[in-house]
Amino acid sequence: MSGDLVLGAYVFILAAFVGLEVISKVPTTLHTPLMSGANAIHGIIVVGAMLVVLAVPGTLGTILGFLAVVLGTANVVGGFVVTDRMLAMFQQRPKRAAPPAQKK
Amino acid sequence: MDIETWIPVVYLITAVTFVLGLKGLTGPTTAVAGNRIAAAGMLLAVAVTFAAKEFADYGVAAIGITAAAMATGSVAGVAGGRMVKMTAMPQMVALFNGAGGGSAALVSILEYARSIEVGSAPAAGAVVSTVLGLMIGGVSFAGSAIAFGKLQGILSPRAYRYPGQRLLTALVFGAMIVLALGLVLDNAGLVLVERPTALWAIAGLALLAGIALVMPIGGADMPVVISLLNAYTGLAVAMAGFVLGNQLLIVAGTLVGASGTILTRLMSRAMNRSLANVLFAGFGASAGAAVAARADDGRTTREVSTEDVAILLGYAQNVIVVPGYGMAVAQAQHAVRELADLLEAKGINVRYAIHPVAGRMPGHMNVLLAEANVPYDKLKDMEEINEDFKNADVALVIGANDVTNPAARADKSSPIYGMPILNVDQAKNVIVIKRSMRSGFAGIDNELYLDPKTGMLFGDAKEAVAKVVQELKKAA
Repeated sequence: MSGDLVLGAYVFILAAFVGLEVISKVPTTLHTPLMSGANAIHGIIVVGAMLVVLAVPGTLGTILGFLAVVLGTANVVGGFVVTDRMLAMFQQRPKRAAPPAQKK
Repeated sequence: MDIETWIPVVYLITAVTFVLGLKGLTGPTTAVAGNRIAAAGMLLAVAVTFAAKEFADYGVAAIGITAAAMATGSVAGVAGGRMVKMTAMPQMVALFNGAGGGSAALVSILEYARSIEVGSAPAAGAVVSTVLGLMIGGVSFAGSAIAFGKLQGILSPRAYRYPGQRLLTALVFGAMIVLALGLVLDNAGLVLVERPTALWAIAGLALLAGIALVMPIGGADMPVVISLLNAYTGLAVAMAGFVLGNQLLIVAGTLVGASGTILTRLMSRAMNRSLANVLFAGFGASAGAAVAARADDGRTTREVSTEDVAILLGYAQNVIVVPGYGMAVAQAQHAVRELADLLEAKGINVRYAIHPVAGRMPGHMNVLLAEANVPYDKLKDMEEINEDFKNADVALVIGANDVTNPAARADKSSPIYGMPILNVDQAKNVIVIKRSMRSGFAGIDNELYLDPKTGMLFGDAKEAVAKVVQELKKAA
């Protein structure tokens, strides 16, 4: 059993506890942004994709490496953009108090 | 010291920003900052990776290819993320989720191919995580693509069933797992496997498995499926982290895995069904036949006009709006808010009752109503508001069906028996805005519509609500 693997297992298990702890406190209202935000976070795979981008020589290897980075980047960028847009909507509250009041 | 030695430290900082980002999501005021902190951490991690030895060793070509790939991915991400309408959010989330899963699967393939190329047998642990990453990532990629197709309307949202389906799905999964075990045993020197062939076969089977998994699941179960696929991609990324010996990937992937798991459990519980039931029962497979407007015992539904609705609402004191997927489809959220504004200007108390699985993803209704600038303190969870329905003068059901069906409480023979529902039937008056008498997703009659105090207003949710608004304005 390599030390690396055991270290990885430690990280995995502890992160699972942290994740369960933090996320169980997210209110229902924010479940969609949570999913979308988590979505963006797993886009970190783009770092992994960079590390193997040219790991396999040859055309097929290069194409797969290229694709891995494209997909990973789309995941990160799209994820954060969508989450930011969603959250912006939850912020607009103070601006709206006025209109209904005027109708009185 | 050069940058290289600092990379693990930067990765650690990034991991912390991810935890802070998720922690920020526990409140609407801290959420934006949290999301941006996580994005900044991400940017930092990507930037320093350019200096990583593994990457630098590929030479200049890698920088060019990566830059081109990132440009392509960014354009796709920004275009997709910016242009999509809020009502199309669930499918967009599914799409980006699938992209991550696909990327994780490719990383597993490439890393494994490299170790074969070098000729050194990869460590047993690495092989296990490779095949896991490949399988989970592949399932997530293909499953998300199907979920996207269903949500976008490219594929029929109905549950797709055919004879022998479960058997075929089991065979696909079985074959995939046998091959994966083969690769692991091959690594241990116990059997001999043609490695590249096995790897490609696993990848192909994982894609098939993803399709086979999601095709038989109907539209209304999408909140569960999307959460589950989210968890899968997270796990696939964590596995890729094991393969590459990269702790940042493990932390990030696991956090997402945990979040997806929690959401999946919440969504399943909100339907009072086990995850296995959601995945394999083929709920809602029957094509929604028109439901009789008249029950066997002679009760009929009562159709009302927009004028009736406007009058009823105008004299109410307490109104509870119950939004469902129909509101999202018709994009009626802005009209609904306009209606609420008018009522509130008359001093009427308007609140929204949100069922956990209303819509097509967790929290779907909350986001739509937030888009229409409905203050989030007016959005009430089921537990919070269910006791209040009996004090409500009018419950206005807009495009929701099964989550209001009293049969879930009383009728043991009903397929949705036991599912927690909103107590709409306890309100003094009920108005249901609905396109037609088609049954809900579950394909069953809704007793609520036969209740004498229920008025049915047929039509497109947006148009119907807009007409009610006009009537109210006329009266004012």
